[in-house]
Amino acid sequence: MPFWKQEIECIDREELSQVQLEGLQATLNRVYKNVRHFRKIFREIDFVPEDLRSLDDLKRLPFLTRKDLGKNYPYDLFAVPLREVVRLHTTSFNFDEPIVIGFTRNDMINWTELTARNLFAMGVTKDDVLQVALNFGSMSGPFGFQAGAERIGASVIPMSGGKPAEQVKVMRDFKTTVLISTPTAALRLARAMEEMDVDPHALVLKLGVFGSEPWGESMRAEIESRLHIPAADTYGLTEAFVPGVAWECPAKNGLHLAEDHFIAEVIDPATGDVLPPGSEGELVITTISKEAFPLIRFKTGDITKIDEAPCSCGRTHCRISRIFSRCDDVMILRGVSITPDQIGRILARINGSAPVFQLVVERNDDADQLFVRIEISDRFFFDEMKKQRRFVEEVHKAVSEFLGWEVNVRLVESGTFDHNKQVLDMRRFV
Amino acid sequence: MLRLVNVNSNYGLVHVLKNVSLHVGKGEVVTIIGANGAGKTTTLRAISGLQPVAEGQIYLDGKDITGIAAQKLVAMGVAHVPEGRQIFAPMSVHDNLELGGLQVYRRFGRKQLKCEIESMFERFEVLRDRQNQYAGTLSGGEQQMLALAMALMSRPRLLLLDEPSMGLAPLIVKEIFRIIEELQSENGLTVLLIEQNANAALKISDRGYVLETGRIVLEADAEKLLSNPEVKRAYLGREQREIWE
Ligand SMILES: Nc1ncnc2c1ncn2[C@@H]1O[C@H](COP(=O)(O)OP(=O)(O)OP(=O)(O)O)[C@@H](O)[C@H]1O
Ligand SMILES: [Mg+2]
Ligand SMILES: [Zn+2]
Repeated sequence: MPFWKQEIECIDREELSQVQLEGLQATLNRVYKNVRHFRKIFREIDFVPEDLRSLDDLKRLPFLTRKDLGKNYPYDLFAVPLREVVRLHTTSFNFDEPIVIGFTRNDMINWTELTARNLFAMGVTKDDVLQVALNFGSMSGPFGFQAGAERIGASVIPMSGGKPAEQVKVMRDFKTTVLISTPTAALRLARAMEEMDVDPHALVLKLGVFGSEPWGESMRAEIESRLHIPAADTYGLTEAFVPGVAWECPAKNGLHLAEDHFIAEVIDPATGDVLPPGSEGELVITTISKEAFPLIRFKTGDITKIDEAPCSCGRTHCRISRIFSRCDDVMILRGVSITPDQIGRILARINGSAPVFQLVVERNDDADQLFVRIEISDRFFFDEMKKQRRFVEEVHKAVSEFLGWEVNVRLVESGTFDHNKQVLDMRRFV
Repeated sequence: MLRLVNVNSNYGLVHVLKNVSLHVGKGEVVTIIGANGAGKTTTLRAISGLQPVAEGQIYLDGKDITGIAAQKLVAMGVAHVPEGRQIFAPMSVHDNLELGGLQVYRRFGRKQLKCEIESMFERFEVLRDRQNQYAGTLSGGEQQMLALAMALMSRPRLLLLDEPSMGLAPLIVKEIFRIIEELQSENGLTVLLIEQNANAALKISDRGYVLETGRIVLEADAEKLLSNPEVKRAYLGREQREIWE
């Protein structure tokens, strides 16, 4: 039984367009009626929902950005009264400009169904024991996995982060069959197993489901060989659903996007032009079922391409390619999004004004590392060694505290780095 | 089976349907709920060719039927039971059924017509008992059953029902919905239903649409609509729930 809902997963493309048109029109009618922001930006381009006659007309609408979400904090983008909202999540992104996302009872049902569909496609059944090693609370993903797995009837161990040694012990004693974590966390578990002398062959682990940060094929190969399990990729965003936007099928040739709930476009991030299928660009998502927090042409910042060719698995929903980079300056570090602005604000708080700095990201083996390089200038500690050292210590403490893990801070001569490159991501996702 | 794309319709200068897109799959029961004047009846009339479509398309099994005359649609398997039980009061129940079976008579002759009427009597026992009475003397519920039976006489594949429960006593309402459910499960009939009594209608439906001032604002599985608080407040009023339960 390879499909959770075959009639939807293998729906005829023409029927799917009808479903999408209906969902889009209803969504536009709701947001136009209930959300001031959309009413305003639609009026600016002289658009009323009736003007949308085909899916193609979606192109006329303005994009929705993370800035827009921040500006409407906390509840101004909600399309239903708060009393109809049963769950609130915040994005891991940017706590200085927080974003709150609401879910109605039906949104929760859809999220659960999509996650069940995702897990089922990867081979999870009611006989499985899932260890969810993602942080509950700071992420919405683990809640989604838990609900979806329970919907299938599997057993869930909501482990949260936890120390690798504890995770391994639970994995062995509870007979975990499916591990859900970030890919880097999976490698930390592999190392813990080696240190604890736990042979992965002796475990009953059969599958790993990984996401919330970019990871390449070489990392997949490493996880698969060290843990002796197939590793599958899943993609989502808290503004929509995590998981439940796109996921790999057994063919592992791209991630099927749940087109009965989302419309995907790929655009040129610089011009906003919609690119033809197969071209690489920024993923733009429109929700067609969400009630509490609908998104109309939301710019995800993620770089991908859309493949509309039929998949060997039989599913008809389009596939997006695995996501390895972003088109903005957001860095996904250890599964959490961070911007240089946030770090800049911390530096400014310590120093009075932000110095010139660069963030270098590396991934050594199983964890992302952050190096904060701060340029020494005349204005900025020309020769007071003691002051310099204290500053470095303070920055180290503040940034590490903010992220929850140790960062490296270094002062560098001017000219060491290109001022136009505030982020230098050395990770290669191949 | 049925597909509407961007259907617009006007009464004179009043724009009543605004880009209505919806579909009904084969064998599905789908309900449109909405307040008075939302455009529910207009939608059904547009489908069955009784109301001009200003813009947009209506497809039946992939075939464009926009603007096709009502009479022709009956032959194509679409039956419409309008609001307010349109039966012929001064004729007997039996003759009303014969009228509904005109198509059967023309195509298959008298014998088949008799056969069909007999099968209606089997489904609606009360009509058998009343077959020689004038239709006008039937109770409201019986008239609604007659209207339904007349529509079924044309052997439709798609049944359009406009507020079948209107003004009927709770027990009769229950009976009518039971019959609709039976028609779907036993005969594979496809049904598009309009109801003020949204609670009862959604209970026998697969999916539903919420129509608001001529626009579709929500589409979902029937059970999701039933649990949607906004829908509950607006369309599943307390009284109605009590009537049904
Ligand atoms: N013949 C007509 N001429 C002008 N306006 C009309 C006509 N019939 C209906 N309308 C108007 O069109 C709108 C939609 O009517 P429609 O009968 O389709 O609504 P409905 O959802 O079926 O509601 P109801 O519960 O009243 O049956 C209403 O504003 C109504 O006043
Ligand atoms: Mg009406
Ligand atoms: Zn596939």
